[in-house]
Amino acid sequence: MELALVIEKFILVAIIFGISLVTAMYSTYAERKVAAFLQDRVGPNRAGPFGIFQPMADGAKMFMKEEIIPTQSSGLLFIVGPSLAILTACIGSAVIPWGQTLTIGSRVIDLQVTDINVGILYIFGVVSLGVYGIMIGGWASNNKYSLLGAIRAASQNISYEIAMGLSIIALLMLTGTLSLKEIAQQQHGFWANGWFTWNFFRQPLGFLIFIICAFAETNRSPFDLPECETELVGGYHTEYSSMKLGFYLFAEYINMFISSAVMATLYFGGYNFPFMHHLGLSENLVTILGVVALFAKIIFFIFFFMWVRWTIPRFRYDQLMNLGWKVLIPLAIANIVLTGVFATIFK
Amino acid sequence: MESLTNKKKVLESKPLNFWERAYLPAIAQGLSITIKHFFKKPATIRYPEEKREFSENYRGLHSLKRDEEGRERCTACGLCALSCPAEAITMIAGERQAGEEKLYREEKYAAVYEINMLRCIFCGLCEEACPKEAIYLDGDIVPSDFLRKDFIYGKDKLVEAPLNQ
Repeated sequence: MELALVIEKFILVAIIFGISLVTAMYSTYAERKVAAFLQDRVGPNRAGPFGIFQPMADGAKMFMKEEIIPTQSSGLLFIVGPSLAILTACIGSAVIPWGQTLTIGSRVIDLQVTDINVGILYIFGVVSLGVYGIMIGGWASNNKYSLLGAIRAASQNISYEIAMGLSIIALLMLTGTLSLKEIAQQQHGFWANGWFTWNFFRQPLGFLIFIICAFAETNRSPFDLPECETELVGGYHTEYSSMKLGFYLFAEYINMFISSAVMATLYFGGYNFPFMHHLGLSENLVTILGVVALFAKIIFFIFFFMWVRWTIPRFRYDQLMNLGWKVLIPLAIANIVLTGVFATIFK
Repeated sequence: MESLTNKKKVLESKPLNFWERAYLPAIAQGLSITIKHFFKKPATIRYPEEKREFSENYRGLHSLKRDEEGRERCTACGLCALSCPAEAITMIAGERQAGEEKLYREEKYAAVYEINMLRCIFCGLCEEACPKEAIYLDGDIVPSDFLRKDFIYGKDKLVEAPLNQ
């Protein structure tokens, strides 16, 4: 491998890592602001103008808090839990195509860290690993509430991963590839051959199932049972304090960012935007606008996550399981059948 | 038996129809309600910078008044303390000495006058009881503090500022 490529990828990784962390940081701020606006309040406004330094203040607070490790906890695992949670949250962004190629001089830079041909499977694998962070943390805390939260998280994630995987199968039947880069390329522009190119318009039901499962996978309301305050004190992170707690909370927001990016890439055309090649812009400009378009979609989805959180009450546990196993999985299978029929008819 | 008012309504719980069971229309409805609130003016205010306007007869912090020549009106008659349902007011009377005519209006005055703001219920009965128009609840809200003893306000906080200052 040539050195320039290593440097290029290293810079790209650093930028994407930074962007995911900053987005997650500002998601905590946005969450509080959105909650406030939806409830006719003002929200955090003390730190800086409109409170924009609130995430920094929160971070400083988290770092300076006393670190409490319960004597009855299993030492090493207690530390591994949050580390694993944040690690798996961060590595998911590696396969997402953030844009097309940038040409600088004679060098063509691909705005994707790596284009592995099983991109979606990689993301599924990483997301499944994420639940281990929660499980290990909940187990190591040696606290009944933490354990209950961890068990809930594990069973919830396993149940919803099935429906999520099935909804993806229907999509893959249309795309014929697992590579996220190719899936994004197939959705080029907005309109082609008499129909929308974005996968949402071919797979509306699949998208619905996918987004519901994404809510469950990221442990967001209305599926936030692993940490539901009213029943389990704090759920799996009851015993955590200081930056370990911060990591857990942070991992949730990074997961939200990644799943928004995945949804945008799979169903809403990724970096594609309408008329991208009819405006007569230079290739580099189109790429940059594409990145902006992708982030606009991601931000919309993050907003949607928050919007739903402050609208819908939490599911009861049996309702959650009913929805997962008795509704979403049959629906996802029906979606596969329907997709097969339609794909055969409208070849 | 016939009911007296005929206002009774018997509600039947019907089984949910398909769309109700699908939740999604209800969720969309809920989302549309919350997004309407997103664009509404906030109902709260940024308190220390902005303050709500009090009504004219709002009963806030007490102040001991002075007359038009700047003399304290209070004569320590004790009617306010007597009328106080929360027993928040205590006072010790003092006799005016020669040469203090500019400070106190009558021959008797309150040497010590204390109101416990934690006991006070801001009913305004002291104001009504006062025959000398010496106490009014025309101030702001009571500021917060750390210690209970600091909520016992003496004359230093209660008496109005002198006229010539």
